[in-house]
Parts: sequence; C-alpha cells; structure tokens
Amino acid sequence: MLWQLFITFFKIGAFTFGGGWAMISIIEKEVVDKRHWVTKEDFLDQLIVAQSLPGLLAANIAVGVGDKIRGRIGSIISTIGIVLPSFLMILIIAIFLTPDLINHNPTLAAIFKGIRPAVVALIIAPVITTAKTAKLKWSTAWIPVIVALLIWSKWPIVSNPILWVVLGALLGVCYARRAMLRSQKSKVKSQE
Amino acid sequence: MIYLRLFWSYLKIGLFGFGGGYAMLALIENEIVGSGWITEKMFTDIVAISQMTPGPIGINSATYIGYVVPAESSAAFSNPFWGVLGAILCTFTVVLPSFLLVVYTSHLIRKHHDSWVVKGLFSGLRPVIVGMIASAAMLLMNGENFGTDTRDVVWSISLCAAAFCVVYFAKIHPIWVIIAAGLAGYFIFI
Repeated sequence: MLWQLFITFFKIGAFTFGGGWAMISIIEKEVVDKRHWVTKEDFLDQLIVAQSLPGLLAANIAVGVGDKIRGRIGSIISTIGIVLPSFLMILIIAIFLTPDLINHNPTLAAIFKGIRPAVVALIIAPVITTAKTAKLKWSTAWIPVIVALLIWSKWPIVSNPILWVVLGALLGVCYARRAMLRSQKSKVKSQE
Repeated sequence: MIYLRLFWSYLKIGLFGFGGGYAMLALIENEIVGSGWITEKMFTDIVAISQMTPGPIGINSATYIGYVVPAESSAAFSNPFWGVLGAILCTFTVVLPSFLLVVYTSHLIRKHHDSWVVKGLFSGLRPVIVGMIASAAMLLMNGENFGTDTRDVVWSISLCAAAFCVVYFAKIHPIWVIIAAGLAGYFIFI
C-alpha cells in the first residue's frame, strides 16, 4: 500500500508539467476516481486546506491526501513521491547545464538570450489572471501597484515581500473585523 | 555558513509563500538574488529550466538554486557533492513548512475556513499576491535579461510581447513558448 502510494505520487510528479491546478486535477483523477483511496468530499476538503496554507499547492495536497490515507507515514511517503522526480531531473540538468556553460557556449548563450524575455512574459500573464480573480476594485487596485513598486525598488526593509504578506494578512483581518462589528451594530439597530 | 543561511532563506520562502509558485518568485528573488548568491540572469535561466521540466516551479527552482549556490559562494564548495547537499537541503526546506502546517493545522482550517478571520486574511493577501508576482516580472525586466545595445533590446521586447500574446490570448502551454523563444534566440542572436 505504501509502495503504491509512493509510485502513484511519483508518476504524478514525473509527468505533470507545472504545479498548481494542472497537478491538482491529475491527483484527483488518480486518488479519487481511479484508486478510490479518498472520497470526492475528502479530497475537496483537503483542497480547501491546501489552498489556505502557504507553500506549493501540489505539495500541500500530497501531504493532506497521504495523511488521510495512511496517517503520518503516508504523508511523508506521498510528499517524497511527488518531490523526488523534480528533484532528480533538475539535479541532472544542474550538473550538466551549468551557468558557465550557458554563458560561454555561443549556441546556448544565443538560445537563452531568446528564452529570458519569454520567461518575463510567462510571469506577466499570471499577474493579469490573478488580478482578475482577486476582484480588485478601484479602492483596492492601488495595493498591488504600491507593493510591486516597493519590492522592485530594492530599498531596505520595504522591498522585503514578507513584510507585505504579513501586513496584508493583518490589515485584511482588521478590515473584516470592522465590517463584522458594523453589520452586528446595524442588526441590533434594526431589531430595536 | 552557506547551508544554514540557505536553510533559513528557504524556510522563510516556504512559510510566507502564499499564492503559489509565481508569487514565491518574489520571495526567492529577495532572499537568494538579494543576498548576491546568484545573478538575475542565472535566476531567469533557473525559472526557464523549472518551467520546462515536470513538477512545480517552487520545487524545481529550489533544487537548482540549492545545487548552484554553494559553489558560487565559495571555491571550497566547488565539488558537486556540496551542490547535491545544497539541493537536498533547499528542496527539503521549501516543503517543510507546508508539511508541518498541513499535518498539524488542517483540522483548525477545516473548522474555520468560513470564518470572518480567514476570509479577511485572504482578502488582504490577494492584492499583495498580485503585487508580488508583478514585482517578480518587473525585477527581471533588466539589462541582464533584455540586453543593453539597441538591437538586443528591440528583439528582446518583441520576443517578450510575442510570448505574452501567445501565452495569455492563445493559452499555449509555457513549455512550447520557451522552446519557440529558444529557437528564435538561436536564429537572432547567434
């Protein structure tokens, strides 16, 4: 059973390009539809947890599903399973494709000169898609602009993204608390 | 000690990495490139290689960065053995917070994910995540990646714009975009 668990997650890690949602749907197919290790409800439950926590979605869901199936040892096995293919493949690439080689081999240097601007484009695309799903309004659209500019500025302290993660979370909770208290007050008033 | 510093950096990356791999890039940029361990150019190459190999970008880049940084930091670590050790350390550390949090806090989250606290937390995080991804893109738009003479810059901007259109509007998978850009680069810059 543990071996099965390992092999299943190893295969998912080895054959899925990109993490995130691409991987989630494949994990769901394997562990829910094909192997019946967890029910659909349990899987969706784990997905909520995985999304609410920091870290990589695919790793979070592997830990959760493994834990559900076989407890602590299951979560360790499934995590190793999903991480190991990436680790091995990148290690082999890193050993042979060194930064020195990329810079000094004229063919590779030219290829990577073309790739680098495309990589930037690959990061701009999710800026727009996440901005859309974040449902930014005129009252909140300034936040990403300020955050991006300050991280980009490389100024001490304010350029550290951790500061903005903590601040965003705290202010979000404070704002929600205020909104909750207000709605409670108006409820009390309307009852009077 | 480079390994302790890598461990500490990746612990922070794993712990504050809300919003997935792309948002994590801003953290990696700040921790790893900001420490002077690798150049912006190498970081961009690592992102490209991570995109082209199976697996989440956060894990792929951790392995590659862990392998490269010890040798870059000191000549004493130039033996590949030290690189493999670094790769194991960074890959392990980036999933460690995930692992502990999922195992020990999932019952709490299941109970409270509908509460105003969690909802408020994420309403505050979402705009920040957008800003973090944008900053990662902005930081990589530099002379190291786009070239410095006019011909290089013009070609680079055209490639970037074309790649964006193909990925965003035509929804072509990033791997094909990277392969096409590499081919284009070969013919343009050789």
